Amino acid sequence: MMADGLIAAAILGVALATIASRGTFTAVALFIAYGLLLSFAWVRLGAIDIALTEAAIGAGLSGALLLGAASRVAGRGAAMDRRPGRAMTVAIALGCAGVTAALAAAILLLPDPAPSLAPQVAANIGATGLGNPVAAVLMSFRGLDTLLESAVLVLAVIAAWSLAPDDAWGGKPGPMQPVLADGPLALLARLLPPLGILVAVHVLWIGKDAPGGKFQAAAILAAMWMLPWMAGRVVPPPISARWLRVAVAAGPALFIAIGLAGWMTQGAFLAYPPGLALPLIMVVEIALTASIAIALALLVIGPPGRRA
Amino acid sequence: MSLLVDAFSLLAILAGLVFFAAGTAGLLRFPDASSRLHALTKADHLGLGLIVLGLLPRAEAVGGAPRLIAVWLLVLVSSAAAGPLLARLARRR
Repeated sequence: MMADGLIAAAILGVALATIASRGTFTAVALFIAYGLLLSFAWVRLGAIDIALTEAAIGAGLSGALLLGAASRVAGRGAAMDRRPGRAMTVAIALGCAGVTAALAAAILLLPDPAPSLAPQVAANIGATGLGNPVAAVLMSFRGLDTLLESAVLVLAVIAAWSLAPDDAWGGKPGPMQPVLADGPLALLARLLPPLGILVAVHVLWIGKDAPGGKFQAAAILAAMWMLPWMAGRVVPPPISARWLRVAVAAGPALFIAIGLAGWMTQGAFLAYPPGLALPLIMVVEIALTASIAIALALLVIGPPGRRA
Repeated sequence: MSLLVDAFSLLAILAGLVFFAAGTAGLLRFPDASSRLHALTKADHLGLGLIVLGLLPRAEAVGGAPRLIAVWLLVLVSSAAAGPLLARLARRR
């Protein structure tokens, strides 16, 4: 009880500090700490799947993206060009406070016991062959949501690439990284990838019966690509590379194809034939992991033609 | 026997917490970036090591103990790498 109170207080404190901090870097660092604390809260609530995702995507990957954005903004002072006027500040404050109050009211006004679809999930999980109810919801009962989530990443990569200047189009993404022969980063870039890839495969595979799954595994894989990239050990392929584009789109495309096959044979989009649900789900999970990992890494690396 | 094990866990975890408290105090009170990083990484290495040591006898699942040790080793590697990285950045400024 006391631990929960401490975690809740720390989350609120770090959230306030994030908003109140002046520097962009400080705010991003605090935001990462906020995400890690939030994943503690999810662990305390027993939602290990969400905790893993929050730590990997919410804190880790979003943190890396925000740090990249902060370093780009820092050189040009774009954020400080125009301060919002007093009326705008008040409007923003009222809007944020209104959203918070509405969320709080929605949670406080929930009937007791809260409405839940958990019994239906527990009753039908046998049909999927999965042991992890979260994976069953994500890949079967609400498969469409997962499909859209993974397709959004493809769009995000296209959007990021479209920011490239014309003369850099088709070139190598991201800033050139100096090759580090030694030092801590070079050590990490050599030491961690084999271990990290092993952990990612484990997280992906165990996701069918226990907390884990593709998004967490993909975030780890993306980090294992970014480490050697930052140390100058690997150079990302040019964005004109056919295999790269195919790899980014393959996972969602396969998911759509299997969904269409379900529509033809079972009469519903994304319906799996009885008995084949588990193998199909695992094939989609593996393909999605590869596509998501590459897409996440490409988002962090950034469009081509960017100066460091 | 279980009393002894519990006492061992308690002592090791408390000792680990002392290192974390000392590391936090150092982070807040030390004058420059390098010594603050020194205090921080010491807390990570020794404090977490002692807490993992205290948790080892309580590891439940098969493979729980190796996983705890792996977590400690990974934190060792990452903070041993992050400390010098930050120190170099701080010196350059």
